Amino acid sequence: MPEHNSCQSVIQKFIDVNGAENGALLPLLHAIQDTFDYIPKSAVTLISKALSLSEAEVHGVITYYHYFRYEAPGRHIVQICRAESCQACGSDELLAVAQDILGCSSHQKSRSGLITLEPVDCLGLCASSPAIQVDNKLHARVSIETLKGVLVDLEASA
Amino acid sequence: MKAVKIFVPRDSASLALGADEVAKCLLEKGRLRGLSIELIRNGSRGMFWLEPLVEVQTSKGRVAYGPVQVNDIDSLLDAGLLEGGEHKLGLGLTEQIPYLAKQERLTFARMGIIDPLSLSDYEAHSGWKGLRRALTLDGDSIVQEVVDSGLRGRGGAAFPAGIKWRTVKGAQAEQKYIVCNADEGDSGTFSDRMTMEGDPFMLIEGMIIAGIAVGAEKGYVYIRSEYPHAIEVMREAIQICLSQGFLGSSVCGSGKAFHLEIRKAAGAYVCGEETALLESIEGRRGIVRAKPPLPALEGLFGKPTVVNNVITLASVPLILNQGAAFYRDYGVGRSQGTLPFQLAGNVKHGGLVEKAFGITLNELLHDFGAGTRSGRPIKAVQVGGPLGAYVPQSQWNVPLDYESYTAIGAVLGHGGIVIHDETTNMAKLARYAMEFCALESCGKCTPCRIGSTRGVEAIDRITSNKDKQQQVYLLRDLCNTMKDASLCAMGGMTPYPVLSALNHYPEDFGIDV
Repeated sequence: MPEHNSCQSVIQKFIDVNGAENGALLPLLHAIQDTFDYIPKSAVTLISKALSLSEAEVHGVITYYHYFRYEAPGRHIVQICRAESCQACGSDELLAVAQDILGCSSHQKSRSGLITLEPVDCLGLCASSPAIQVDNKLHARVSIETLKGVLVDLEASA
Repeated sequence: MKAVKIFVPRDSASLALGADEVAKCLLEKGRLRGLSIELIRNGSRGMFWLEPLVEVQTSKGRVAYGPVQVNDIDSLLDAGLLEGGEHKLGLGLTEQIPYLAKQERLTFARMGIIDPLSLSDYEAHSGWKGLRRALTLDGDSIVQEVVDSGLRGRGGAAFPAGIKWRTVKGAQAEQKYIVCNADEGDSGTFSDRMTMEGDPFMLIEGMIIAGIAVGAEKGYVYIRSEYPHAIEVMREAIQICLSQGFLGSSVCGSGKAFHLEIRKAAGAYVCGEETALLESIEGRRGIVRAKPPLPALEGLFGKPTVVNNVITLASVPLILNQGAAFYRDYGVGRSQGTLPFQLAGNVKHGGLVEKAFGITLNELLHDFGAGTRSGRPIKAVQVGGPLGAYVPQSQWNVPLDYESYTAIGAVLGHGGIVIHDETTNMAKLARYAMEFCALESCGKCTPCRIGSTRGVEAIDRITSNKDKQQQVYLLRDLCNTMKDASLCAMGGMTPYPVLSALNHYPEDFGIDV
């Protein structure tokens, strides 16, 4: 498994720099997900050995936090905020439009497999709701037309 | 020709509205016209309906234009942008815009004015004065100053910060910690994010002062993963402070050490609860701990720990610089100082309004917010985040202070104010509150873990007319159990939005008034 070796090297590199002291697990998981866009399943055993934790503990942490994922996402991730402030400004409609255009429900990949749709609770842009994030780019005061344009462009460029 | 200073914010919300594109275009078009421009990427002034807000330094002061889009740049330059010329997007002198002029900006005094990562800007605007004074005092005197200021935890719990510090100071341990809670998950809040992105040295200064006061040499800032820009600015700010001797083994050459580290969260709302946050930094699932022991005595890695919200710590440099009395003189009763209120949701003029405690919702909603963005009447206002109550119009004259809000069964929380217009269905929002609790519950205590799911079911039965009367009774009973028996605010306060929606808007649940 090619991931296995590169995963091992990410872990080793992390420990060389940061050590394996208490509290290393979350930063290490971030380092792995930053590299692969997800946490390869094979990483669990490697991490548990490197940090002297049980595999259950590592698995427990990965599955507890919404941010970490075991499955590779699509090439692009579209996050739509659905918290109260954005709801007050029509985010439910935005999510419905996105699901319709992408042909998938929340936390799934689009029909093309290129886009992962993630509802999110609060991007911190609440004075300019509704907000979405496409990969690393934030958009605020998003209209249905803007969202449609963004999604069509993404599908075309991917 | 001396370059003219032009300010285009780097705040996330400004970026989300096209600030980077505006800045780039401005530089390009300026160059083509042979203009000499010094571009500064400041924080946001907090008037988000005007973002991207472009400011120009003129002899009369800073002149503002907004909201500016790329296709406005040509006409702005034609109108003499660099001299502060007249334009349809012109707003006059920034300081005189009523929204800003009417505020009492203490903690946010520098916000949007300085380059967030310029140490010389920070120094020129009273930066490090609090720390320098703290370095001349002993720990007890610093703690006393914070006690006397009346500063209470701005994360939502409103516990007196000085008392917490005193407990940590008095604890005997080789290692103590300062932990900054920057897991700002409440919908409708963004003051922590603005602080980290727009005035990061202020937070760092506050943490160093806390460390010196209680005898802690290590600090962590736990920042939510949804705030990548804040993380980036804070990382850079820490590096600058290290290189200039504000952080490290001898703070400002005092011989006192303070080291600071950023920890990136991973999207669990409940980690904003202080003990869950500590578990998370320790590398575990963010499960709430039972108290006692208090984190002040057995906190991070079992050591005495100050856990304070961003705004709490960021208020400290000013208190040390200006003195406790200066800060305490703002506010009412036991709610002293200011709170950065955040106007969000369906509001025309959304943004950050720092005012002394005691202002009313009517003033915030109308004088500052200017009503809804949709133009329809306001129906409900949720104060204090997703765990805060919906406040009906009859209570909009209640002063916004901790005690007055407690008296009406509501909370100020972290100062978030989310506005909903008349098209909103309150039963749907009540259901969302329970659903959110079910999604985010850490699972440790039963009222929260099970109660939230049962709550969703009960609301569904009410709105679909199944045993309505009995289900309303059940929902109220369930809410009481959650309030009284949950370990933390997650389960303990979810009933606030649910019951306030049910009590003040029964018609949305299909209940005859």
